[in-house]
Amino acid sequence: MSYLSLSDKDKAEMLARVGAASVGDLFCCIPEAVRFKGLLDLPAAQSELELIRTMDAVGGKNAYGGHLSFLGGGAYDHFIPTVVDYLSSRGEFVSPYTPYQPEVSQGTLQLIFEFQTLICQLTGLDVANDSLYDGSTGAAEAVLMAHRVTSRSKVLLARSLHPQYREVVRTYIKNLGVESVEVGFGPDGRIDKAELTRSLDDQTAAVVTQSPNFFGVVEDLQALSEAAHGVKALSVAVVAEAMSLALLEAPGKLGADIVTGEAQSFGIPVSFGGPYLGFMACKKEFLRQMPGRITGQTVDKDGRRGFVLTLSTREQHIRRERATSNICSNQALCALRATIFMETLGKQGLREMAWQNAQKAAYAADKLAAIPGVKRKFTGPVFNEFAVELPKPWPAVDAALRAKGIVGGYGLGAEFAGIGNAALVCVTELRTKDEIDRLARTLQEVLS
Amino acid sequence: MIKEIREPLIFEISEAGKRASELPPLDVPTKKDLLTGAPLRREIGDFPEVSETEITRHFTRLSQKNYCVDMGLYPLGSCTMKYNPKVNERLAAHPAFAGSHPLAPADLIQGNLEVLKKLESFLCEIAGMDAFTLQPAAGAHGELTGMMLIRAALEARGNARKYVLIPDSAHGTNPSSAHICGYTVKEIKSNEKGTIDLASLAQEMTEEVAALMVTNPNTIGVFESDICRIAEMVHAKGGFVYMDGANMNALTGIVRPGDMGIDVMHINLHKTFSTPHGGGGPGSGPVGVKKELMPFLPVPVIVEKAGRYTLDFNRPGSIGRVRAYFGNFSVIVRALCYILTLGPKGVREIAEFAVLNANYIRRSLEGEYYLKYTSASMHECVFSDKFQKEFGVTNLDIAKRLIDYGMHPPTMSFPLIVHGALMIEPTETESRRDLDMFIDAMKAIAKEAKENPEILHAAPHVTYVSRLDEVAAAKFPVLRWEKKS
Repeated sequence: MSYLSLSDKDKAEMLARVGAASVGDLFCCIPEAVRFKGLLDLPAAQSELELIRTMDAVGGKNAYGGHLSFLGGGAYDHFIPTVVDYLSSRGEFVSPYTPYQPEVSQGTLQLIFEFQTLICQLTGLDVANDSLYDGSTGAAEAVLMAHRVTSRSKVLLARSLHPQYREVVRTYIKNLGVESVEVGFGPDGRIDKAELTRSLDDQTAAVVTQSPNFFGVVEDLQALSEAAHGVKALSVAVVAEAMSLALLEAPGKLGADIVTGEAQSFGIPVSFGGPYLGFMACKKEFLRQMPGRITGQTVDKDGRRGFVLTLSTREQHIRRERATSNICSNQALCALRATIFMETLGKQGLREMAWQNAQKAAYAADKLAAIPGVKRKFTGPVFNEFAVELPKPWPAVDAALRAKGIVGGYGLGAEFAGIGNAALVCVTELRTKDEIDRLARTLQEVLS
Repeated sequence: MIKEIREPLIFEISEAGKRASELPPLDVPTKKDLLTGAPLRREIGDFPEVSETEITRHFTRLSQKNYCVDMGLYPLGSCTMKYNPKVNERLAAHPAFAGSHPLAPADLIQGNLEVLKKLESFLCEIAGMDAFTLQPAAGAHGELTGMMLIRAALEARGNARKYVLIPDSAHGTNPSSAHICGYTVKEIKSNEKGTIDLASLAQEMTEEVAALMVTNPNTIGVFESDICRIAEMVHAKGGFVYMDGANMNALTGIVRPGDMGIDVMHINLHKTFSTPHGGGGPGSGPVGVKKELMPFLPVPVIVEKAGRYTLDFNRPGSIGRVRAYFGNFSVIVRALCYILTLGPKGVREIAEFAVLNANYIRRSLEGEYYLKYTSASMHECVFSDKFQKEFGVTNLDIAKRLIDYGMHPPTMSFPLIVHGALMIEPTETESRRDLDMFIDAMKAIAKEAKENPEILHAAPHVTYVSRLDEVAAAKFPVLRWEKKS
C-alpha cells in the first residue's frame, strides 16, 4: 500500500493543470540515459497486517529478551512511567519540524527550555543546549569545543572513558590536527593521577574523564579539574549514566567546565543503542563556543513571555564553514521523553531511583564477591555497575551463564588489554533481589 | 491551538512534597556506607515536584501550542514533511526491538542485525550504491562521515588534498561538515538556471580538490541535468562526488545517484523514508558508497553468511566509529517498515507524486509570486517576495500570515541565492484539498499584500504569542528558569 491521498480524478486534473500528459513527463529534465528502467528490486508491498507479522517474526529472532540481563556500559534499562510513553506519543510532539516558527512551536520550545533548566540543575552548570546525538558524539563535540576555547591541540582522554566514546573522539579529531593521549587507571579503577600529571602540559586543551567511568567507578572530579586548571586546560566531565547525577555531587560544583554525556536513562528505551540523548552544559563564559541548538526566553510584540531558538549565529545555517559545529538537528523527541521522565519522578523520585540503583549494585557486588574465586576488580566507589574478576576466562563464563538464561555482564578483556578475566556487571532498580540472588547462585554453579 | 491557554513553566507550579511516581520499596538490605569516598549531593536544588495529573495537563497543553504534520500541510522546503505512518511507531516500540541492549552478544540479537542488513540492502538498491552504513545519527552527521570516507580514500592514495567545492545554493551543513573534516571550502557559483556553472567548476576543479558536494535536485528544486558531465569532470582530476541526499524524495525509483556518477551520499531517513521529525530529531543519515570507498566504512560492518549475522570489527582501513553502537536503531526500524509497506511501485510513487504536487502548487501560484528560476521544478519550488516587496510586504509577513490561515509556513530565506525566498515542498502524501487550501491562502495573502498590508505586518493573529523578539533573546540570553530570589 502507499500513503498517497490523491484520487485518479485528482491526478488527471492536476496533470492537466501543470500541462503534463503523464507523471513521467514531469521528469523530462532527467537525462534519459541515467533514468532507472523498470521497478526496483524490493519486496512486494505489504498490508499493515502482513507488516506486523513480518516484524513480529524478525523481532522473534532476538533471543535476548528471554534472558535476565545485567548489561550496562552506556545503555541502561530503567523503569519508564506510563505517562512518558503516553504523552510523548502525541502527534503534536512527534510530527512537527524544528521550531523555526516560534508562534506555532511554543510547546516544543517551552519543553526544551525546561529540559535545559533540568540539565543545568543536574550538572551544576550555567547553560545547557537543546541536546546532541548521543553521549559519544557529545564527548567528541566537547573536545572540539575545548580546542576552540583554548586554541590548544592536545587532549587527555581517560582510558576509563567508554571505549566507543574514545573511538568516536579519535574519529572526529584526527583530521583536525588534534592529538589525543590516553591516561591509564589505577587499582582503584580511577584515573592514574601520577600519569595524568606527567601528561599535562601547556598544550593541553582538555582533560576528558567519565564519572562514573566505564568501570562504574566514581572519579575524583575535584582533583582532576584542579589538575586541568593548573595548566589552563578545561575539565570535561562525561556522564554516560545520567541517573548518577541525582545522587552524586554535580560535576559543575566540582570544577568541571563542560559536562556532556548520555541521558538515555531518563525515559528512553535501550532500543539497541538509539536514538539516545546527548546533552551538554557549560560555564556561561563558554556559551558562544557551544555546539547545537539553544532555546531562550523572550517576549512577543505585546510583551507576553515566549521562547525562541537563539544564539544561532554560532550555527551552520548562518555561519556555514565557520560554525561551532555542523549539527543541524537535536534529539527533541528524546529530550521530550527525558523531560517528562525527570518531571514525573521529580526531586524525590529521581533521587530515590538513583539511590536504589546504588543500593542494589552494592548488594550484588557483595554477593558476587562472596563467591569463591570472584573478587571486585577495583576498589573505588561505584554507582550502579562494577567490574568483577573471575577465575575463568569471560567467554566461557558468559556462554555458561547464557545457557542458563542469564546475560551476566559485559566482558572487558577485548577492549582493555591486560585487565584479565574481568566483566562489567550493571544493576538498576529493575533488578529484584531474587534476580540478583539468581545471578550469584548461577555464577557460583558455573564456576565450580 | 487554543489561544487563551497560558501554561506556566513546570517549575512555577512545583510545590514541595508532591510526586508523580513511586518505586516499590527497596528489596535488598540497606547499606549505610554507600559510595564512600564519592561526594554526594544533598538534593537536586529546585528540581520540580508535581502530581501525575499536573504532568499530564502540562504536556497536553504544551502539545496544543504546536502545529504538526498530523494537523495539516507543513510545506517546509528541503525538509520533506510527509505523513508519518502510525504502524511504524508501534513496530519501533516492539519490546523485541526497544528492549534489546546494544552490547548484547550478536547471537542474541539476530533480529536486530537482520533489520540493519535489510535496510542497508534496500537503500543500496534504491540509491544504486554498493554499501551503506547506518551509523550516522542525522543528515549532517552523514555528510561528515561521507567526507571522512573521501579523506581516508585519498590518504590511502597518498594525498588527502585541500579543498572541497560546494555550490552557493548548498545547505549550510555542507561547508560546515567539510570544514570539520579538515578541508577548506571553495564556493561554486550557480548559473542563470540555478544549477552548477560548468565553466566555474572547470576552473576550480584541480588536483588539489578532494570532492564536490552536490545536492540533486538542488535546493531550488531543480535537477542538475549535467550531473554525469559534472561527475566526469571531478573524476578526471581524481576527486570524488558527494551527494547530499536531502532531496532524494524527488528521485526514488526514477533515477539512482549511483547510476549518475555519485561516489558517496547520505539519505535522510526522517525525510525520504517518513520517520517522524519529532520537533527537531532524532533523525538518521545513512551513508552509501561505491566499492572503492567500502574499505573505509565505520566499524562494525554487519556480515551475513547463510542467514546468520556477525559483526566485523577487523577492518584496518576503517575511519573508525562515528557514533557509539549502531546508529538510531528505532528510526531505522521505522524506515524499513515504510519500504516494506510501499514496495517497488510505492517507492517510485513517492517521487512521482511529490513532483506532481510541487508542480501543481508552482503552476497555481506562478504570476502571484515571483519565481526567480524558471527551470523545471522537481519536488519543491522556490518563490520569493519580490512582487509583494512593492507594497512593503516581506516573506516574513507572508509566512506569519499563513499561520492565520491554519497552515505552517514554507522555508524562509533559504537558499541564499534567492532573496526573500519562500521554499515550498508539499510532499506526496498531501491531498488535493490540502494543496488547494494552501494555494487559496497564498493567493488571498497576495491580495492582502496589495490591499491591506497592515494585516500582514501584524500577523499571526490567532496564536498566543506573535512576533517574538529574537534580537533581545540573543542579546540578553535567558536560557534557563531560575528561582526568584
